[in-house]
Amino acid sequence: MFDLYGRGWQMLDGGLVTIQLCLTVLPFMIIIGLLGASAKLSRFKALRVIGESYTVIIRGIPELLVILLIYFGGTIAVQNIAEMISGAETRVDIPALWSGVAALALVQGAFASEVFRAAMLAIPKGQIEAAIATGMTPVQIFHRIKLPQLWRFALPGLNNLFQVLIKDTALISVVGVEEILRKAAVGAGTEKAPFTFYLVAMLMFLAFTTVSLIAFNRLEKRASRGIARA
Amino acid sequence: MFEDLIYVLGKYHGWLFDGLLLTLQLLVIAVIFGSLLAVPLAIARTSKKLWVQAVPFGFIYLFRGTPLIAQLFMMYYGVGQLIANIDGIQDSWTWEYLRDPYWYCLLTFILNTAAYVAEIMRGGINNVPSGEVEAARACGMTPTTTYRRIIFPRMWQIIWPAYTNDVIFTLKATSLASTVTMMELTGAARKIVARTALPYEAFISAGVIYLIIVYVLTFGFKGVEKYLRRNEFRQADKKPNVETGVQA
Repeated sequence: MFDLYGRGWQMLDGGLVTIQLCLTVLPFMIIIGLLGASAKLSRFKALRVIGESYTVIIRGIPELLVILLIYFGGTIAVQNIAEMISGAETRVDIPALWSGVAALALVQGAFASEVFRAAMLAIPKGQIEAAIATGMTPVQIFHRIKLPQLWRFALPGLNNLFQVLIKDTALISVVGVEEILRKAAVGAGTEKAPFTFYLVAMLMFLAFTTVSLIAFNRLEKRASRGIARA
Repeated sequence: MFEDLIYVLGKYHGWLFDGLLLTLQLLVIAVIFGSLLAVPLAIARTSKKLWVQAVPFGFIYLFRGTPLIAQLFMMYYGVGQLIANIDGIQDSWTWEYLRDPYWYCLLTFILNTAAYVAEIMRGGINNVPSGEVEAARACGMTPTTTYRRIIFPRMWQIIWPAYTNDVIFTLKATSLASTVTMMELTGAARKIVARTALPYEAFISAGVIYLIIVYVLTFGFKGVEKYLRRNEFRQADKKPNVETGVQA
């Protein structure tokens, strides 16, 4: 039972890929989120419109559709660009892994930009004004005043997002990335034991989300040390 | 580019329309039955007795902690195979229903929605001002009456924005039905892509339809929110106007 018809290692491999996927998407998600939040709070209307429409569109479209669009559409787009540059017919394949990472970063970035926007608004106005009064440049204000506090205000939201991210990586199995669910599907098909394999896959995901929850709760406690408890 | 879009919409709009109907059907049934199932789960979850809490806690934890697509595969392939292995079931009249992915999708979506909504409702029930519950008890209301008259109306008021979000989440979740061969909106778009090799046109058309549904849903739910919070608006009207000092 435990070695899963000799496929136990395969499942663990899949688990490793899932972890890699999550950790690869995370920095992109944070960068896109910060950029999106800054755009939404920008003084310029054009940036605000871009930021808002990005979130509205992404939040209204199923993640699966975004993944499929980038996987099938992205290949064609890159191929066309390559043909334009080289002038000859070229065959380009974007690995499914990278189109999956791009799609997840795009989706999660939209949600992250909402989280960061709320966190930026939670920083007391007086502190920003004080920073301006002492003559800090906008960049200094961002990394000395905003960023350290952003972390604390955004952590609960990021906790939630990371949970969603872990679960959303399972969607990339649809385009053939060899993560947990894909390995489970292969095992279920060849060994004719779908119940066992999907049960193992679900337990693995459950373990990941639980660990992430515990880790983020620790971080939240750490980030709010020195803050008076209500 | 636009010729392709017109071609896709002209030739395959029937598929997209059928897909839209199936998506809406899945959404409505999942939300209604999921919410009904969520009520007892949420009530049990707020119980002070540990053994009453345990079952809904486990259920919610399992369904919120694993990907919906894994639950769907588990249901359709895993449970489906267990059912198929029952002796003689393939000859019985129920087999026609038991192998149809539609029912597995619906069941998965209902359970998943129930888990998420129950967690939202739990938060709502816990946030009902305790003074109101105590007042109800002091008036001699039974627990059932208290739930019916005080806690539930209050809870809906509190959870409505989160509930709206969850309905939109369920709408997006229905797209996963396409992975078990259902032809809802995403499934229809995938089939069009397989036929025409025009991914942008098909997927973007489906995406726009999803956006329209989300827009309509948000609009409708905002209207209901206003209705739910009508008392607060009335109260706000009664407050004396600060500038004139006259009661409106």
